[in-house]
Amino acid sequence: MMVDLGDYAVPVISAYISSIVILTVLIWASLSRSAKVKRELEEFESKRKSNG
Amino acid sequence: MSEKRSLWEYANPRKFMGLSGTLLPWVAISGGALLLIGLIWGFFFTPDDYRQGSTVKIIYLHVPSALMAINAWFMMLVASLIWLIRRHHVSALAARAAAPVGVAMTVIALVTGAIWGQPMWGTWWVWDPRLTSFLILFLFYLGYIALWSAIENDDTAADLTSVLAIVGSVFAVLSRYAVNFWNQGLHQGASLSMDKEENVADIFYYPLLVAIAAFILIFVALVLLRTRTEIRARQLRAYMARERMQ
Amino acid sequence: MIALLDRDIKLAIRAGGGFGLGLAFFLIVVVLVPFSVGPKSDLLAIIAPGILWLGALLACLLSLDRIFALDYEDGSLDLLATSPLPMEAIVSIKALAHFLTTAVPLVLATPLFGVMLNLPAEGFVWVMISLAVGTPALSVIGTFGAALTVGLKRGGLLLSILVLPLYVPTLIFGAEVARRGTLGMDIQTPLLMLAGITFATIALLPFASAAVIRINLR
Repeated sequence: MMVDLGDYAVPVISAYISSIVILTVLIWASLSRSAKVKRELEEFESKRKSNG
Repeated sequence: MSEKRSLWEYANPRKFMGLSGTLLPWVAISGGALLLIGLIWGFFFTPDDYRQGSTVKIIYLHVPSALMAINAWFMMLVASLIWLIRRHHVSALAARAAAPVGVAMTVIALVTGAIWGQPMWGTWWVWDPRLTSFLILFLFYLGYIALWSAIENDDTAADLTSVLAIVGSVFAVLSRYAVNFWNQGLHQGASLSMDKEENVADIFYYPLLVAIAAFILIFVALVLLRTRTEIRARQLRAYMARERMQ
Repeated sequence: MIALLDRDIKLAIRAGGGFGLGLAFFLIVVVLVPFSVGPKSDLLAIIAPGILWLGALLACLLSLDRIFALDYEDGSLDLLATSPLPMEAIVSIKALAHFLTTAVPLVLATPLFGVMLNLPAEGFVWVMISLAVGTPALSVIGTFGAALTVGLKRGGLLLSILVLPLYVPTLIFGAEVARRGTLGMDIQTPLLMLAGITFATIALLPFASAAVIRINLR
């Protein structure tokens, strides 16, 4: 099933791996910042509600 | 006051949060699915190029990311213009949100471009006009992001970065011509082989289209996600400012 | 308008005004280059036009934050904003002052530095012409960058990050004129492009710089 990449196995594989790594880091960073800000905002809003 | 249904309604943060929240999962999932389909199709089910061997498979990453690197900047330019003209905060925040995605796309384009060129040129980096232009674009992105971070006042930052995006766009286009002039005659053969305008055979073309579509959807999903974060962060800053004043 | 120009030039020239620092920096770069690449004359002769351009560009870059910073800090910029002079004129005058006090001395000093870098005889004219045509653009573009960062303390590094990519087209065409002229090749295209950039930036960029100053003075 594995394709014969010939002489170019190293470049092709490293291109795929580095792209996927960069995308993954970007997605993970975006998701975690989103969760963090959402959580902080919800904390603030529940404090406001409890303060009247 | 007549309420005409228009796209501008979504400039309202609450409406934007509503719509983007509904859209986001769908865009993200279809982007991920198309990416898998495109890459698997391209990687496993396409032949080697007679000139470039299996390195042609890098096209499924290099071309979509390069396209998105430029389109992301273009979207930031449009969003900046909308902010300057209509003062919709969502637009300014969307521009800010898109920048890191654009940077990542540019880096992917640079890395895959350099790796693709290595077997053909023998070195890990060449000052090929295309690669050099993307490197300059990378620098423009960095400056834009750095300026956002440096200014405290939200509206001032939005205004300044918008002007920078406009001026930067002009110089980015100018740089493209300058770089082509600067490097004419060098590596012309090799750069042609990476040229996306070269007639890409059908058999490579369709998985490439899928990959491009995937990258577009992933870009949109990330910008939606990050804009939502920016809107919330702005709300948070407003609350904290109000608290400090009490 | 002349009064403003006069004042800025005088401020730059007097002690503490930074005049001569650009020149000193240019000298230091020229001295450091042979240490980095080795003293071989033929190598230096090849890279001399480019190094001279790079040194001049970096020296211009260093003096950019002075364009607005002092006036911003002591409130003079606010006063200038209320004067009958349009802001576009003010930023243009400031760019001109920068050009006269920083760029012109650099251009005049290039023969001396060219000698130190073994610049071939044909190169002297072309390096000076290209710098003379290109440095106004550097001043105007630099003024835009200085306007963006005027409110920031220690904005110097950010200023460089913003301005250097904007400098690329000017540098490419300017250095090409210098390099090709030295080799006796045809310089028409890059020279025209360089002149075009200079004229276009002088005509158009002050509008952006003025808008930015107004934003920062709010």
